[in-house]
Amino acid sequence: MSPWFGRLNWWVTPFSDAIANPNTNNLVAAGAAALVVVGALFTLYFLTRRHLWGRLWHDWLTTADHKKIGIMYVVLALVMMARAVIEGVIMRGQQAAVLHGGFLSADHFGELFSTHGTIMIFFVAMPLIIGLINIAVPLQIGARDVAFPVMNQVSLGLTTAGAALVMVSLVIGKFSTGGWTAYPPYTEAVFNPGVGPDYWIWAVVISGFGSMLSGINFAVTIYKLRAPGMSYMRMPLFTWTALCTAIMLIYAMPPVTVSSLMLALDRNLGFHFFTNDLGGNMMNYANIFWMFGHPEVYILVLPAYGVWSEVASTFTAKTLYGYTSLVIATMAIAVISYTVWLHHFFTMGQGNSVNIAFGIATMVIAVPTGVKVYDWMATLWRGRIRMTVPMVYLTGFFILFVIGGLSGMMLANPTIDYQVHNTLFLVAHFHNVLIPGVLFGMLAGIHYWFPKVFGFRLEERLGLWTAWLWIGGFCLTFLPLYVLGLLGMPRRMPSFSDPAYAPWVLIAGFGALVLLIAMIMLFVTLWVSARHRDRLAVPLGDPWDGRSLEWAIPAPAPEWNFAVIPRITAREAFAVEKARGDPYTRPTAYQDITLPKNTALGASICMAATLMGFALVWHIWWLAALGLGLIPGALIVRAFVRETERVIPAAEVARAHDAWLDAIARAAGVTRDAETETANRGLAAPDE
Amino acid sequence: MSRPALCILIVLGLVAGPGLADGFLTPLGSIAADQRTHLIRVTAITMIAVAPVLIGVPWLLWRYRRGRKGPYRPHFEFSVPLEFVMWGVPTLIIIVLGYWLWKATIQLDPSDPRGPDPLQVQVVGLDWKWLFLYPREHVASVGTLVIPVDKPVQLQLTTDTVMQSFMVSALAGQIYAMPGMVTRLGMRADRTGTATGENTQFNGEGFADQKVQVAVLSPKDWQDWMDAARAGPVLDAQAYARLARRGNLADARKTLGIADGPLRLRLGDDGLFRHIVQRYHQGQGVSAAQQPGAPGYRPQGEGS
Amino acid sequence: MNNRMSAHLHPGLNLGPAHGAAHERSETVLFGFWVFLMSDFITFGILFATYAANTGHIGLAGGPGPGDLFDLKSIGLQTGFLLASSLTCGMASLSLKYDEGASRVAQWLVVTALLGAGFLAFEVRDFASMISSGGTPMRSAWLSSLYALVGLHGLHVTMGLIWIAVMLALLAVVGLSDRVKTRLLLFALYWHFLDLLWIGIFSVVFLTGMR
Repeated sequence: MSPWFGRLNWWVTPFSDAIANPNTNNLVAAGAAALVVVGALFTLYFLTRRHLWGRLWHDWLTTADHKKIGIMYVVLALVMMARAVIEGVIMRGQQAAVLHGGFLSADHFGELFSTHGTIMIFFVAMPLIIGLINIAVPLQIGARDVAFPVMNQVSLGLTTAGAALVMVSLVIGKFSTGGWTAYPPYTEAVFNPGVGPDYWIWAVVISGFGSMLSGINFAVTIYKLRAPGMSYMRMPLFTWTALCTAIMLIYAMPPVTVSSLMLALDRNLGFHFFTNDLGGNMMNYANIFWMFGHPEVYILVLPAYGVWSEVASTFTAKTLYGYTSLVIATMAIAVISYTVWLHHFFTMGQGNSVNIAFGIATMVIAVPTGVKVYDWMATLWRGRIRMTVPMVYLTGFFILFVIGGLSGMMLANPTIDYQVHNTLFLVAHFHNVLIPGVLFGMLAGIHYWFPKVFGFRLEERLGLWTAWLWIGGFCLTFLPLYVLGLLGMPRRMPSFSDPAYAPWVLIAGFGALVLLIAMIMLFVTLWVSARHRDRLAVPLGDPWDGRSLEWAIPAPAPEWNFAVIPRITAREAFAVEKARGDPYTRPTAYQDITLPKNTALGASICMAATLMGFALVWHIWWLAALGLGLIPGALIVRAFVRETERVIPAAEVARAHDAWLDAIARAAGVTRDAETETANRGLAAPDE
Repeated sequence: MSRPALCILIVLGLVAGPGLADGFLTPLGSIAADQRTHLIRVTAITMIAVAPVLIGVPWLLWRYRRGRKGPYRPHFEFSVPLEFVMWGVPTLIIIVLGYWLWKATIQLDPSDPRGPDPLQVQVVGLDWKWLFLYPREHVASVGTLVIPVDKPVQLQLTTDTVMQSFMVSALAGQIYAMPGMVTRLGMRADRTGTATGENTQFNGEGFADQKVQVAVLSPKDWQDWMDAARAGPVLDAQAYARLARRGNLADARKTLGIADGPLRLRLGDDGLFRHIVQRYHQGQGVSAAQQPGAPGYRPQGEGS
Repeated sequence: MNNRMSAHLHPGLNLGPAHGAAHERSETVLFGFWVFLMSDFITFGILFATYAANTGHIGLAGGPGPGDLFDLKSIGLQTGFLLASSLTCGMASLSLKYDEGASRVAQWLVVTALLGAGFLAFEVRDFASMISSGGTPMRSAWLSSLYALVGLHGLHVTMGLIWIAVMLALLAVVGLSDRVKTRLLLFALYWHFLDLLWIGIFSVVFLTGMR
């Protein structure tokens, strides 16, 4: 332990472990660390070689444009997803191989399930939803940007700092083995004195702040920046779900920040919030954590529900059925989700009355959820359904998610939960709702809005293959886990000895490989589509015959989104205009547009927070203080900047917008028959 | 995967599973049997809400695919009867399920041993083994729980390390066990036989080893087992302190010097369980050297 | 955009239409800050709940309790300082609204800061004396919760003092620009919020603790 380097020393990398003891387990760990180092170095080399630093800095890292920030969130999510999926495959592989000895140590397995869960929730699912909301909501409500564009940057920076800490933990030190929930007293210093739980704590606390700020940003955006005439009941459903998600983020993130910081105080300063002795109470941690944890999963799924509403109406060419019901159901889910947290620990020994109350509340959420599913089915009824990539994901959702809902109803019963809590039944349930729910929703949303921000569609055939692989891979990997859970196999087990489990474990292992291929296909789809972007280009902006405002602007959307802020007179404003025959009206006058200037605040806070987090993990106190001090320091410097905005002259706006309107006037639209062909340049012809 | 194949997989699992491993689908006692019945009931009722989706969606996708001639109602956005059904039927289902949940939870209260004058067994979760104390019989057992058939059993649980969760799924559901606290679990076996139990709350490296062998014995066999235990080595404070060190059953054998056969001992101190619980409420800290399960634990200086 | 030309755009002190664009533009920012304060409210709420859960004999773990450690006279003084600082902060806001000039606003801010510093001085002194009589946060869960709750509030007050220093610098360098005015309104909200929290703390922690 040194004052300059804290508890850092040369022997904290998997490289030194592998040199000291080159068994399979250590080689796997060293290989993973090597991948991170090589990947980072390669990225630096690539950026330098192609002279991309300038563009990276000016166009991306210092921008306050919500569309670009949204894209960066999605990129972060996809990178972290690659790691977390591979970790899932390795875990399934270990279990499949364990009757022949396996290849991972129990500790390594412990790190794997902890990073897998932590990354998937905080650094894949959260960035995906925040990214999509960033991209779509301002466009859907007719705004130029979110309410606080620079704070948006800061949120991204804080989330990235948390992700960076988790990536660094693969190379320097070890991660926690306490799961994504990090229950004390196992994660207390007396039982786990190493750096693992500290990595978890600071990754979660730092990124949690970022998410909370995003919640504030989105809520204020939707409350205050809607275009004139867009009352609440004229907002698209995705915006409604984004609003409820934002409010939930504001109220759900503080509990996990508090519980994690209390754990940090226990570990670092010897406090007694959750210790075994001197009055500590671990049950308090469970309560506070799940007060965050339960709303969190609804935070993740509500935007997916929003995507389904958009997809169901767009690709059936129908008005969304049951708008009011869907809005009420969304709000009901958001509110009720705060009243069910105890169902995560029915087995902790509290009395029957408490368990009954929370069990019934948990089942009550099924009602609005069911209403939403039926509403989407009613949207399909008497429509003209086009089985595009988003619709395939919606199909997967319909069939598979309700099975997850069924298992959720079972788990809501304390009686049943006493048998299946902490078994693979639980693992099957939450993957069953997260993958067909959240992941499929986000992938559908990416396909849906990709053309709007990038100006070209994604390859349809590759996209369809990817979707079916995700669906099939999910079934093979997770449905067997229901059986294993009912047979009593606990979760988080690096090994098992009961041969009855073996066939199911093998099927799940094979399924994990299918999921890996699905993920690779996703990246292939993105890559190939980028290479064919000219053929797939949809500059006229409306590839899907969309119904809401975002489809009434060019693709890629201009920096200022709308040349003239529209006045809204109906729900599904763009569809109404198209039906009336007067979409794309030329404005009579253009105004100057004021947008935020680029700033390095977000990037600076990201670096400061990463430094601070790393230093706190390794007890390098002077560096932690420096990192912590740099954050308000950056804010204070920003406070003195006088020129924070720039003006885009009306003439420039007019030029770009008129050119686009001229292109529309010249173009021939396509009917939905040609939706996925090159002829589709983004102008929809009426479909009769 | 196609839906027919999916169905076959689920059916296979539900049919083949019970025959292959023990769990509450092959219950050894009435508690687990009632839990199984409840599971089937909940599934059946919820299927009322789920089946329309599983059947309806494929039908909708086929019937209303673009290109087919037939009715197209692009502005159909509200229907009062449909709203009543969509909100009403699930609400009714929840009311029914809520009533059953309430009744079942009370009836299957985890701490209820289902009968008078239960056998008292005290359970101490250690890293990574379970210690069973029979205070009235003056017996201790590591890794094996023996109970007489047809007798209500009342378990009192705690741990001396971190949070754990004790489950013998063929007999009853699980309950968390926490240091400094006592939880209760009731069990009652209807027939003789064996079952396995486990810890389901991750607690470190040896988590996968923390299993329990449960033997349900006839009253005579149970008496013989207890007599044989009392004839064996003593679990006193020093032995317990050494036993509490991190390790699995194999390590426990070495520590206690019992090479084979059940790990059973005479219980030296009938108040051992109470001491273990109270250790955390003495108004002084428990350092890493004194804390079983901690990497820095050193058994000397341990007292009960 | 909400085109409301009313005199009151948001709860709390409004600059009024006389301040032109500053009045309009501050609305969204202040609304956002209210929302942030609500999240902070939840944070403190959880700390309150934890504190309350740890006031029993298990949480006290045989260590010193409220009767042994609390100095109600000091708490009373701290309350006086903080409430007075809220008053002077209100005076700063009013002098901002009624255009009394940057130096008058700055004077009121300085008084607020001095009173806030007085609050902190007594609080730190209390902590030091508790620690010297064995009431360290490492002694029991109750003490940990006490220091966390009261300490977090004290940290917020400290950050408020730093904020005042930055505002004073901004007033000197930039003067009363629209953004500075908005930030002053934000600061005032923050400072009053801390006062409200203190009322909760001194009721739940100190007054009930002495029963």
